[in-house]
Amino acid sequence: MISFLFYLAFLLLFVIAAVYAERKTAAFIQSRLGPMEAGPKGVLQTIADLLKMLQKEDISATAVDKFPFLIAPVIVFSAVFAGYSVLPVNAGLSGSTIESGLFLLLAIVSLDVLGILMAGWASNNKYSLYGAMRSVAQIVSYEIPLGLSVLSVVIITGTLDLQKISFLQQGNGLPDWNIVQHPLLIFSFVIFFISGLAESNRTPFDLPESESELIGGYHTEYSGFRWGIFMLSEYGMMLLLSILGAILFFGGWNSPLPNIGGLKLYELTSGMVLGTFWLLAKALVLIFVQMWLRWTLPRLRVDQLMSLSWKYLTPISLLMLFICAVWKWWLMS
Amino acid sequence: MVVDELMSYFLNISDSIKTTFKGMALSILYFFNARKKRQKKYLTDENYHEKAGGIFTVQYPKESIPIPDNGRYQLHNEIDDCIVCDKCAKICPVDCINIEPVRSPEVFGQTSDGTPLRIHAAKFDIDMSKCCFCGLCTVVCPTECLTMTKEFDFSTSDILDHNFSFSKMNEQEIAEKKKAFNDYQQQKAKTALPAIGSSGLASKKPAIKPVFKPKMPKKK
Repeated sequence: MISFLFYLAFLLLFVIAAVYAERKTAAFIQSRLGPMEAGPKGVLQTIADLLKMLQKEDISATAVDKFPFLIAPVIVFSAVFAGYSVLPVNAGLSGSTIESGLFLLLAIVSLDVLGILMAGWASNNKYSLYGAMRSVAQIVSYEIPLGLSVLSVVIITGTLDLQKISFLQQGNGLPDWNIVQHPLLIFSFVIFFISGLAESNRTPFDLPESESELIGGYHTEYSGFRWGIFMLSEYGMMLLLSILGAILFFGGWNSPLPNIGGLKLYELTSGMVLGTFWLLAKALVLIFVQMWLRWTLPRLRVDQLMSLSWKYLTPISLLMLFICAVWKWWLMS
Repeated sequence: MVVDELMSYFLNISDSIKTTFKGMALSILYFFNARKKRQKKYLTDENYHEKAGGIFTVQYPKESIPIPDNGRYQLHNEIDDCIVCDKCAKICPVDCINIEPVRSPEVFGQTSDGTPLRIHAAKFDIDMSKCCFCGLCTVVCPTECLTMTKEFDFSTSDILDHNFSFSKMNEQEIAEKKKAFNDYQQQKAKTALPAIGSSGLASKKPAIKPVFKPKMPKKK
């Protein structure tokens, strides 16, 4: 319960900072300056935008299907945010202690496709419907490599509880991280990251939104606060996948500094506050990689998107699952 | 065939990994270059066309790229040197120069290049909102008093403010000068020689045939 409250507050702060960071990253990669006017170096820009957005009228067009239209953003956000319930914050603060925590997370997060489809259908707008259809096709396809790559970690660690996975990587900093202990997981991580991008509708997999061709896709018809909820859940999904990646592959809340001889760096840099810091810092680094990717790669075509998932990621992740199983069997014997 | 397809499958994978890494390396390079700002250079400077790293944006009202001294933007008239010959107003293709001359009975001064001043400029207005920046007026100006300056930022919220007035005369002065010239004209009319027309010259046909008159075929 406490972890839930922590993540709710953190998510809201994160979105404000991340929108600014995203715009600045985009600007720097394109040799621009980005927002500069509101506050020093434009730091208050997102807050100004937020205040503007909250004042906007809650428009719903005459032809929309009222009930699904109004409820869709709520479903999307609650599906994404429910995923946070099983995430641990630090050694002393685990999320909901469900035995099958990781599977619950994947299952409940994929419910957001329902909200997106509702939004696209209820908008009664062909572009929104296109966006929603693409989103459904994409999320359903990428669920498979995502699940399989997560399963590789589960096979190696032997548990579905995210807090237990974190504890298994405890002890000596960087060398104890899953990705260093079991270098095979590098491939799984790449697949996890790519399918994670597709799950959270980020560029280069932002076909459902396609600002340039679908004008926002499934949330074209939304305005004001309801649109803000979609935005919030998009960033929430980014953060969720980054935190999940950090826990599964990069040691969760464990400090990256190893003990060197008598210098107990690991013990010095561990603890409640520092543990939280390490987890969020790792997640934020992954967020930066997501932003960096967004401003580097162009959007995929629909057929390329499908062939990437079905022809490349799914077979490779199946193969990785098999290799990880063999690796685990070799470690056990 | 199967081997070929398999080969192309793995080639696709290695291609996509290579190209992704190349793109990512390029964009992160730009990200780190963003610590620097692009240097402000003239077009005539060395290395102007070389790739400039760093932030490209110029936050205009706060900073600006230097303008060369021979920039041709806003018009300026040095009214003390103006002989009010009206050439600029005549050549202007968009009629943005509006001049009201008041003749003077005698030479009342000299321009800096020694041309005598005979006409007062009661009004010398240039409407910069009409100006097309062709520069013809500066070319025809005999005393080179009308020039284009490097001042380019003269935007205003009211379009009427784009009408730049160069005349230094006030209403009273204009009235005075007008009166002086009228008096002079009247004076001249009184003391004038008999008009040329009275000697019978005016009734004659002009000696020279206008050249532009088309030749009409003679009727047979």
